[in-house]
Amino acid sequence: MILTRRKQAEQAMDIALQSQIGEEERFGDLMRRMARENKTAVISFFIIILMILAAAAAPLLTPYGENEMDLMHRLSAPSAEHLLGTDEGGRDVLTRLLYGARVSLLIGVVPALLSLILGAVLGVIAGYRGGIADAVIMRLADVTLAFPSMLLAMVIMYALGGGILNVFLTLTLVNWANVSRVVRAQTLQLKNSEFAEAARITGVSGGKIMRRHILPNCLPTLLVLFTLNIPASILTESSLSFLGLGIQPPNASWGLMINTGRQYLYNAPWLCFAPGAAIMLTVLGFNFLGNGLLDVLDPRQKKQ
Amino acid sequence: MDTKTLEIRNLTVSIPTDRGVIKPVNDVSLEVPAGSIVGIVGESGCGKSMTARAVMGLIRYPGKVTGGSVFLDGREITAMPERERRKLRGAEMSMIFQEPMTSLNPVIRAGKQVAEAVRLHTDCSREEAKARTIAMFREVEIPEAEARYSCYPHELSGGLRQRVMIAMAMICKPKLLIADEPTTALDVTVEAQILALLERLRDAGTSVLIISHNLGVIARICDYVYVMYTGRIVEQAETSVIFEKPEHPYTRGLFRAVTSLREGRDPLETIPGQVPKLRHLPEGCSFSLRCGECTEQCGTILPELAETEPGHRVRCHRTGKGGAA
Amino acid sequence: MKNSLLHRLAQAAIVLTGVVMMIFVMLRIVPGNPIETMMGEHADAATVARMTAEMGLDQPLHIQFFRYVSSAIRGDFGTSYSLGKPVSQLMGSAFINTLMLALSAALFAWTVGIGCGILSAVHKNRLPDRIFMGFSLLGISLPVFMAAMFLQYIFAFRLQWLPLSGTESWKSFILPGIALGWNSAGQVAQITRTALLETLQEDYIDTARAKGRGPIGVLTRHALRNAMLPVITMMAIQFSGLLSGAVITETVFSINGIGRLMVQGISGRDIPLLQGTALLATAIVILGSLAADCLYSVLDPRIRVKGE
Repeated sequence: MILTRRKQAEQAMDIALQSQIGEEERFGDLMRRMARENKTAVISFFIIILMILAAAAAPLLTPYGENEMDLMHRLSAPSAEHLLGTDEGGRDVLTRLLYGARVSLLIGVVPALLSLILGAVLGVIAGYRGGIADAVIMRLADVTLAFPSMLLAMVIMYALGGGILNVFLTLTLVNWANVSRVVRAQTLQLKNSEFAEAARITGVSGGKIMRRHILPNCLPTLLVLFTLNIPASILTESSLSFLGLGIQPPNASWGLMINTGRQYLYNAPWLCFAPGAAIMLTVLGFNFLGNGLLDVLDPRQKKQ
Repeated sequence: MDTKTLEIRNLTVSIPTDRGVIKPVNDVSLEVPAGSIVGIVGESGCGKSMTARAVMGLIRYPGKVTGGSVFLDGREITAMPERERRKLRGAEMSMIFQEPMTSLNPVIRAGKQVAEAVRLHTDCSREEAKARTIAMFREVEIPEAEARYSCYPHELSGGLRQRVMIAMAMICKPKLLIADEPTTALDVTVEAQILALLERLRDAGTSVLIISHNLGVIARICDYVYVMYTGRIVEQAETSVIFEKPEHPYTRGLFRAVTSLREGRDPLETIPGQVPKLRHLPEGCSFSLRCGECTEQCGTILPELAETEPGHRVRCHRTGKGGAA
Repeated sequence: MKNSLLHRLAQAAIVLTGVVMMIFVMLRIVPGNPIETMMGEHADAATVARMTAEMGLDQPLHIQFFRYVSSAIRGDFGTSYSLGKPVSQLMGSAFINTLMLALSAALFAWTVGIGCGILSAVHKNRLPDRIFMGFSLLGISLPVFMAAMFLQYIFAFRLQWLPLSGTESWKSFILPGIALGWNSAGQVAQITRTALLETLQEDYIDTARAKGRGPIGVLTRHALRNAMLPVITMMAIQFSGLLSGAVITETVFSINGIGRLMVQGISGRDIPLLQGTALLATAIVILGSLAADCLYSVLDPRIRVKGE
């Protein structure tokens, strides 16, 4: 079942709070269990891998160049030569889709990774150090979370200006707070575990404890959050590009394709619906995968 | 008016599972004479609660009654259409459940829930229902009845909640009250009070069918006892008879266990083995696998319920009256 | 005490202040003089200097902040650079449109969502269940702009049943409402289904049946009252998503709402407008969640007692 973002965060929180140190199932076993119980998650996993491969191998898969224009055949409907038609410059839509996949997938993965790192670091510090650091970081998180994600992204984009790097930064800043909360919760719990105590007694520095003992135990939850943050990033970027605030031409992302295609919605609807379907498929895939991981890691659902 | 408030004949309940059909209630017959308290005793899972639910018509899908009939005051209710049966529930026959903590709707005031029972079956106004509820609260000895009417369930103690449940069950003056483990979740002092209350209700004209795994409760208030095991009745007799001369090895095992507990014997006497899963019942007597006195015949032929003395029936070959199939 | 109204209000106020500060700071990180950026080629040093002084943009940051907050409390959010009108005036009319849109979306999301959820739960694992859950899955994964464009294309352009854009009549809010509410409807349907299924397993449902209640009575008078509680918690979370989606929906359907104003604020490098709309939007979200939390306390007597 697909859960809402908040429920996902809550479940991630539960996993964080209940995971037992040192007793986790090996990764291989987990994957095997997921394969057994959750067929959709596994299918999604393979679809995503396929997508990534297709995006990487784009030049090999299509005879057309990314920006190869053919003004004689602009806005033509899907046909044998152009499986998804052509756009306003006569470029093959499928080709643009494949190249756009590179950008969109990157847009999904990189900010998700960055926000994961940022959120995890801040979360651990907040949980471990407590006191002022905790208060400040958590207030920052609260304020960040109070914003509707689009609005926050828009304001940050305004402040930073356009361009792909700024999009990365924006998406990172929008998504870090959720990660922080979860990691902080887990840190609070792990802080008083036995080996953390032992490490402290032998004089290991706080920083080392955080790095060596606490963060590694957060990995399963972080993996899940990562998988779930990717579709969120993709959606936010698509929406930003749709409004003309994100990626700028000539770079193409699926969101931008939809934006430009919008003017031709009535005579060439495939220009919008093809990238739209691609976005949906990707988002669904990552969501299924993420929820599958959540279920497999959730101690409440562990079957004896 | 029949002299038997409740009569169950050859009742069978089946539940289809993905590994076959199981029968938590298998060919059960019992009766509750008017003005008496009858008990069904047995371990968890023996089918006693299911039997009660079958009488009320509260079996959850996918289980259903697949054989036998139930008569309430002489009328056959198993053949009735659901709409007719619903009119009886809460009015002519009612039931109270084990967990008073969770048996009341947490977001509705206690009094209103009881008043609901009245308004479902009679044509009275809200004020009248409220008045009758408060009166009923007093009858079941809920102190400060008026104030308690407006309380939410979580504001009441376990004992009070159970009294509210009893009020709800009795407010339409049913002929039969089924009490499923009514005191299991309560502590001992409250238990004594609730049992005394049940006796008073019996004296006032309601027959009671009480279900329990607690022999003490059964001994205290029941006139007649049925012992169930894996969905079948294995012994039945008047309370004094069954406690003095239990005949079925299972019944004897139960009593021995309780006595050894009370006398602090070491080691505790228990019945060896475990209750078999309903899917894996032996062909003959279902107790044969654990019975110390079992013979070859016991394992292959199911004994019938046979009378060993007037009013006392046992389902066992060893009593010599089990009879061949 | 922890959950009392006062405590929650105080928390909301703190977060709101943080939000204002954050917006304020972020908008001033932009290098260069905003007046210059806005005026573009028409900028000449003298006019720029004059306007900068007029708008108080040469003052230190914290002074600018206090001036802004004190005017904002009095209702004055400055004047829009790009549109020339007072921001509060622009926001006023836009707010109504966004409100209409949000209400339309909420209405759709809640009636369809709860309805599907109930029907799904009642027919668990049978055909209606699978169909409705399929729809809800679609709802959750469909991005707002896709839903918006799709609906616009099919129902406004192809079938011509409903207006294409604008806000002339109440009909103009139907398609945008559905597009915006689609996502929420999916979530609500799933939560309703789960909550109802769980509730129907509870003991008090048996009690209700034992009293003689029929299936419909059990559903409406006992099950739903309890099952709706987690669904209402969802309300608190959905405000945020609704406003995010409103930005897109208003753009696609050319509705003059807060979202669209925000986009205008960005493309016109219009700080007062952007500031005002961002502030208003976030305030709506915060207050909305607060209201939903309070609603929950009112409806669940168990919480009420603890809160007093």
